Amino acid sequence: MADLTTNFAGVVSPNPFWLASAPPTNSAYQINKAFEYGWGGAVWKTIGDPVLNVCNRYGQFEYGHRRLIAINNVELISDRPIEVNLKEIREVKKLWPDRAVVVSAMVSSNEAAWRKVVQQIEDAGADAIELNYGCPHGMSERGMGAAVGQVPEYCEMITGWVTAAASIPVIVKLTPNVTNIIPPAHAAVNAGADGISLINTINSITGVDLDSLEIFPNVGGKGSHGGYAGPAARPIALHMLSQVASDPKVAASGIPISGMGGIETWRDAAEFLVLGSTSMQVCTAVMHYGFRIIHELCDGLSNWLDEKGAGAISEFVGKSVPRIGHFGDFDLSFKTVAVIDEEKCIQCNLCYVACDEGAHQCIDLTKDGVRVDPETYSGAELLQPKVREEDCVGCDLCSLVCPVDDCITMEERPRERDSFTWNELVRTRPEVTTDWDAMVAFRREVGIEIH
Amino acid sequence: MEHHKLSLDQLQDSFSEIHPRYTPNEAIVEAERCLYCFDAPCIKACPTSIDIPTFIRQIANDNLTGAGTTILESNMMGHTCGRVCPVEELCVGACVLGREHRPIAIGRLQRYATDHIFENDIQPFDLVADTGKRVAIIGAGPAGLSTAGELAKRGIRATVFEKQELAGGLSTYGIVVLREPTNVALEEVGFVEKLGVTVRTGVEVGRDVLPEDLLREYDAVVLAAGTGRVPPLGVPGEELEGVVEALPMIAATKLADKDGTEALTRIRVGNEVIVVGAGNTAIDAATVAKRLGAERVTMLYRRGREEMSAYDHEVAFVRAEGVDIRLLTQPVEVLGEGGKVTGVRCVRMRLGDPDASGRRRPEPIPGSEFVLPADQVIKAIGQEKLVALYDAVGVEHASGYVRTDGELRTSNPKVFAAGDCVRATGQALTVTAAEDGKIAARAIARQLGVAEPVPARDDTRGRFLHATVNEFGRIHG
Repeated sequence: MADLTTNFAGVVSPNPFWLASAPPTNSAYQINKAFEYGWGGAVWKTIGDPVLNVCNRYGQFEYGHRRLIAINNVELISDRPIEVNLKEIREVKKLWPDRAVVVSAMVSSNEAAWRKVVQQIEDAGADAIELNYGCPHGMSERGMGAAVGQVPEYCEMITGWVTAAASIPVIVKLTPNVTNIIPPAHAAVNAGADGISLINTINSITGVDLDSLEIFPNVGGKGSHGGYAGPAARPIALHMLSQVASDPKVAASGIPISGMGGIETWRDAAEFLVLGSTSMQVCTAVMHYGFRIIHELCDGLSNWLDEKGAGAISEFVGKSVPRIGHFGDFDLSFKTVAVIDEEKCIQCNLCYVACDEGAHQCIDLTKDGVRVDPETYSGAELLQPKVREEDCVGCDLCSLVCPVDDCITMEERPRERDSFTWNELVRTRPEVTTDWDAMVAFRREVGIEIH
Repeated sequence: MEHHKLSLDQLQDSFSEIHPRYTPNEAIVEAERCLYCFDAPCIKACPTSIDIPTFIRQIANDNLTGAGTTILESNMMGHTCGRVCPVEELCVGACVLGREHRPIAIGRLQRYATDHIFENDIQPFDLVADTGKRVAIIGAGPAGLSTAGELAKRGIRATVFEKQELAGGLSTYGIVVLREPTNVALEEVGFVEKLGVTVRTGVEVGRDVLPEDLLREYDAVVLAAGTGRVPPLGVPGEELEGVVEALPMIAATKLADKDGTEALTRIRVGNEVIVVGAGNTAIDAATVAKRLGAERVTMLYRRGREEMSAYDHEVAFVRAEGVDIRLLTQPVEVLGEGGKVTGVRCVRMRLGDPDASGRRRPEPIPGSEFVLPADQVIKAIGQEKLVALYDAVGVEHASGYVRTDGELRTSNPKVFAAGDCVRATGQALTVTAAEDGKIAARAIARQLGVAEPVPARDDTRGRFLHATVNEFGRIHG
């Protein structure tokens, strides 16, 4: 079994799975229970200034019968008095010396307030502090949370106050509600942060009640944007993680990243791992299914690492980061075509309609190998979709809509010309990239035919 | 022979619908499995061409009114068909997911959608202005009701004459409650009536009204009378007490479902029951006998399994009920004592050369006679054809079936025919009767010069393609 021990900026946990700062980490009761189940760490639900919460706090995004593929919330930071939280943090850390106990904090934007809360957290025995610069609702209106995370200068200033005061590692949690995640990440590096975590929740409205016309979450007939998280948010989180992990300045700083955003299974976690996460934080999946999912998270990840021949999880952190490239560097001669395995094909013909109406018209419906027009065909025999390979642009849509495993595969074909990239064209044949006539001539020259 | 073995509770359990309705969650889970095939084979497998992928998608999208409308637009009898169609042989059998062994449960989804329509009393069709045309329909079974409803969609008012006390035909009287509760059939009648159809029950054509009057007073007449009584077995002892017909016995259970289930306790059933025949009705009769409390139920069929008209799933069902099926066995005499049935003398058969129907002719094996004990014999060997009625309305017929062209016109230009009375070949199903109604209504409307109705959803697909682009609807060269 692969060693899952994780060292995040000096904070060691027996596995990389931490509960994210959220409702599941609201109390010692919950975190003790989670640690009993085997969670490697927990980021205590944000402590800070006094708040009052509302009902209803959550809205869900469901797809068909799949519940909670994302959740959004307008719940605030901890609504328990800060002294109660600090007392419980102390007790939990004493009980679980081998687990990562990180405390999330958010206070008013003045140095004294931050110094005070840092001191309180350190006195409680926490392993690290996570700065909540992401909360998109309720706190941001009071100049906290995302209001800080969205302004790199504030982010750097406050992080500087905290790193100057703290003797334990400081993790800066980034908000995704920005057009570019890199400036806030640089702000964290500049201010001497020991780690970065991302993503916080995304601004969202989960839906509208079509009877009452009220929006979700619905607080007495009124709604507002809330923080969106869960599996449906994962692709966005992976993208932002990849941006930060592949950023030269962040990489040069050597600070680790704690990734989160829709992690539900070990496979999700492995994707975050190879895109640069040292530890993985989980919230929505626990809110849906409970702490028990930790067993499968660890077991599945460990089995996969074993299959990959890794002795330790650390070997795979960022393993896919070198794969992150820019469009301008893609090989424009790389060629694939769709191939339908007619033995497996069940003739649902979703590939046909997707290609014909949603893509590039390179799949025919055929009977006995002869093309048939489905609009006029009235026979009972099922029609067989066939790819006209010479017309296939290799877009991949047909294989994505195919419901049968391995029925449509994208097969690589030999390059018909030497590899070249858009950036090379920009350098060597700039006219081709700006003038259509030059482009048409270039295509003719190298034999690119677009039907 | 009166049974006292089962309590009323037990009987009520035995005579309730086999499959419960899907819960909303079950329906959505099942609906979402549907691939929404392009040019879906299930549509082609449906005799009424219901747009199945669309109605399933409508269920998944929480548009139950739309789903039910999609179904009823193509099949006026969709409420019954969702329950009684041999879907394994039709849409479900064609489902591409069957190759992975779990086709979509189309029948149950259909029922889920039509139940919504009927329970909420939703009328998916706009009432159409009366054209003044009048059509008389003989028989208020699925074929007659479908024809009447389809005519109503064209503004043609139909009056349906039904000799029974209740309309609905076999849906009301002949399909076991397990598969279709009686109120489902009656709801369907009410649905058609609300379209402007007049249903006159307890009126027999030839007895209470004269065929020639119908031919004179109406613009067209539709013969949709189904079939008649079970013919005699033609063996000695048939007159003994305890020899009964299948359909009246099934009908008694259907009426009990409507009038009060305590009536089930008054239906006479034997302990040792022999059902003669092996078609759908024989299967239903055997099921009813078993569920009424018969100790042993044995079906006799003179040919082999391959010649049986019952479907595989029906045979599997009835065997699971504990019914014994004796193939290649022919009754030659009903035995009795004191006027009551005590047994059936049978002879074993073997299959010889094919007969006129193409099926191998059964021949008795000499010296193979044996006696099966029985205190009730249920006859289910098909139904007699209503030849006298055919003659009364002046239509040609052959082998007991009305002769029609592809549009269900008979030899009498004013008379059309639909349903089991024209079904000389192929399966006589509710769904084929429903389709007959569509075909006949279309032909009648054309004959009477009435325009076709505008579909609820104006389907422009194809029109654009064929009008504007090349041979294969592609815009690239």
